[in-house]
Amino acid sequence: MKPKRTHILVCTGTGCVSAGAFDIMEALKTEIKKHELQDEIAVVPTGCNGFCENGPLVLFEPEGIFYRRLKVQDIPFLVEEHCLKGRPVPSLMYTPPKEKSPIPAMKDIEFFKHQKLVVLRNRGRIDPERIEDYIAFDGYMGLAKALEMSPEEIIEEVKVSGLRGRGGAGFPTGTKWQVCRDQPSTPKYLVCNADEGDPGAFMDRSVLEADPHAIIEGMIIGARAIGAEQGFIYVRTEYPLAVQRIKKAIQQAEENGLLGEGILGSDLKFTLSVVQGAGAFVCGEESALMQSIMGKVGRPKQRPPFPAQKGLWGKPTNINNVETWANIPQIILNGGEWLAGLGTENSKGTKIFSLVGKVNNTGLVEVPMGIKIREIVYGIGGGILGGRKFKAVQTGGPSGGCLPESMLDMPIDYESLKSVGSMMGSGGLIVMDDKTCMVDVARYFTDFLAHESCGKCFTCRKGLERMLEILTNICDGKGKEGDVELLEELAIMVKEASMCALGQTAGNPVLSTIRYFRDEYDAHIRERRCPAGFCKALITYSILEDKCVGCGACARACPVDAISGEKKQVHKIDADKCIKCGACAEVCKFDAIDKS
Amino acid sequence: MAKLKIQDLKRIRDESRRTVLLREGTAKAKVTVHMGTCGIAAGAREIMDQILRLVEKHNLQDVMVTSSGCAGMCSHEPMMTVEYRYTAPVKYIDLNEEKVAKIFEKHILNGEPVPEYALGVGSESMY
Repeated sequence: MKPKRTHILVCTGTGCVSAGAFDIMEALKTEIKKHELQDEIAVVPTGCNGFCENGPLVLFEPEGIFYRRLKVQDIPFLVEEHCLKGRPVPSLMYTPPKEKSPIPAMKDIEFFKHQKLVVLRNRGRIDPERIEDYIAFDGYMGLAKALEMSPEEIIEEVKVSGLRGRGGAGFPTGTKWQVCRDQPSTPKYLVCNADEGDPGAFMDRSVLEADPHAIIEGMIIGARAIGAEQGFIYVRTEYPLAVQRIKKAIQQAEENGLLGEGILGSDLKFTLSVVQGAGAFVCGEESALMQSIMGKVGRPKQRPPFPAQKGLWGKPTNINNVETWANIPQIILNGGEWLAGLGTENSKGTKIFSLVGKVNNTGLVEVPMGIKIREIVYGIGGGILGGRKFKAVQTGGPSGGCLPESMLDMPIDYESLKSVGSMMGSGGLIVMDDKTCMVDVARYFTDFLAHESCGKCFTCRKGLERMLEILTNICDGKGKEGDVELLEELAIMVKEASMCALGQTAGNPVLSTIRYFRDEYDAHIRERRCPAGFCKALITYSILEDKCVGCGACARACPVDAISGEKKQVHKIDADKCIKCGACAEVCKFDAIDKS
Repeated sequence: MAKLKIQDLKRIRDESRRTVLLREGTAKAKVTVHMGTCGIAAGAREIMDQILRLVEKHNLQDVMVTSSGCAGMCSHEPMMTVEYRYTAPVKYIDLNEEKVAKIFEKHILNGEPVPEYALGVGSESMY
């Protein structure tokens, strides 16, 4: 085959696809054909690059030039300039906020510079739908090595690596495998937990979409170590592209003798199937997930017995998260010591975070454990959107906690997050600025959890409902003295008396916001004031007489005609008609709208 | 498709590496053909085609071929720059099929520059 001189790598993760990546890819192919360059230039779809804020993303190799926010109409010019005439196009490159000149090379961009890719090593580099691309970058070589090792040696290697469960709880993976291997009962099952339900989290989806074979390889190695012959990947139906790619990858692995009987000519036998979940948050909890796989209602069960003892159909079952499985091939290939060299004393390796909220560069980042929150928010994330003030960061998804500015220099690892009332969770990081009301944040997450509670435990079912009621009252300006204490009492009760992890962590949003932002609760209750100016019931809009020039922009923007006034005269807002939508404040060029 | 054995896996890896090498940014030699309007008019497309054919013929896995714009010396087109591992880039001018064949043989394959066709040592910046 004639070698190509350029590979155009088009990000086709869900983020870029919704921004039109497939159209961009087609346009690139059409233009390249038009210039008869199809034999010299390849267009390759890849998994998520992580820089979702700037999608659709395209990378030209070997030059490493990175184009972002492309539109179909940009493509003819781009192809003619870059591919035909060899002139990169600066206007389509990434320019950091507050800077003037673009950064042409991907490796020089701040967002990518500080990341350490282990699990996501193939993102943006391989076509996830081609097994050859995966193999080209040492894919299935970890498995080849594992087949020459004894199961005990494999488990020992995982133990040495210090890998802990990336689903959030952080249980040592090697120990988990050992327990399951030591069970006398057979058959044994493996499960990959890809039921990622946290709002704003998309780590697992991205791995499934960018590098599905890494998960399959990890599971085959696990099968050899644990002695399982059947595995399931439990993924939510809301991830259609991820489902499609993992299914295709399984099919390719089967066709190539990497799944089924006699894997790679050895006596290893392992089959893998995909089970689609219906999107219940509680099904991410392992015992509920197993119920769901068996076709029952997804409700958690009492532990012990743990899945490793009695899991699917009463047989020993080993459940790991997507990210955990995807770490395995690398650990076997490079040795446990290699992973143990990354991270902190108790938390080894890297962690993927989905960085969202009020931050400039939202997206997916993989960083070594122990990195400071500040480095993620200000270094990789490029600081707070619109130059506003940082207020808090929510870690660990809906049942994590909100950490204030004073925690920005805390290293991120399992223990330190837990010690300050939050958790690692699956790795969501939601950044909040000074316009975010912390009571409303607690209300939002409690609302989510109350909805998603399966209802089996009374404390979780009713406790969350009552907590939501109190929080809604506070946001509506109907809070009373003693509400905060009652909330704390309820939150602790829900934590202590619920059976599964959903209930046991459901108090975190309330407890952590009370712990660090008590003054905001007090302002709502005692002064009937929302310091962030967010809770509608607690704010009134008025026009500042000394600033209003009478341009009438606000009156035109008001959807309910609540603003009146003569031309060039000070306008007025009718408080009875005002629905507090804030449209007037957005259009006013003179800062004449007061919100208090 | 046939069931793979470990040795097949290694074979596929080595074969596929060639196609994905470009995405790594590392290679023994990097050839840049100048493809500005002037270069194309003077025959840069044919030069590019010839290089790619030679790379294919020799089954090379570690040579990267890429393009760049006009270097500002339009009267000396077609031009190309050859960068052999750890050595300074050399710019060749007034190329034709015969010269390219010789440069390929000496510089790209064996790392010995061909001074009689060279303009000098160095390269303009890519962007």
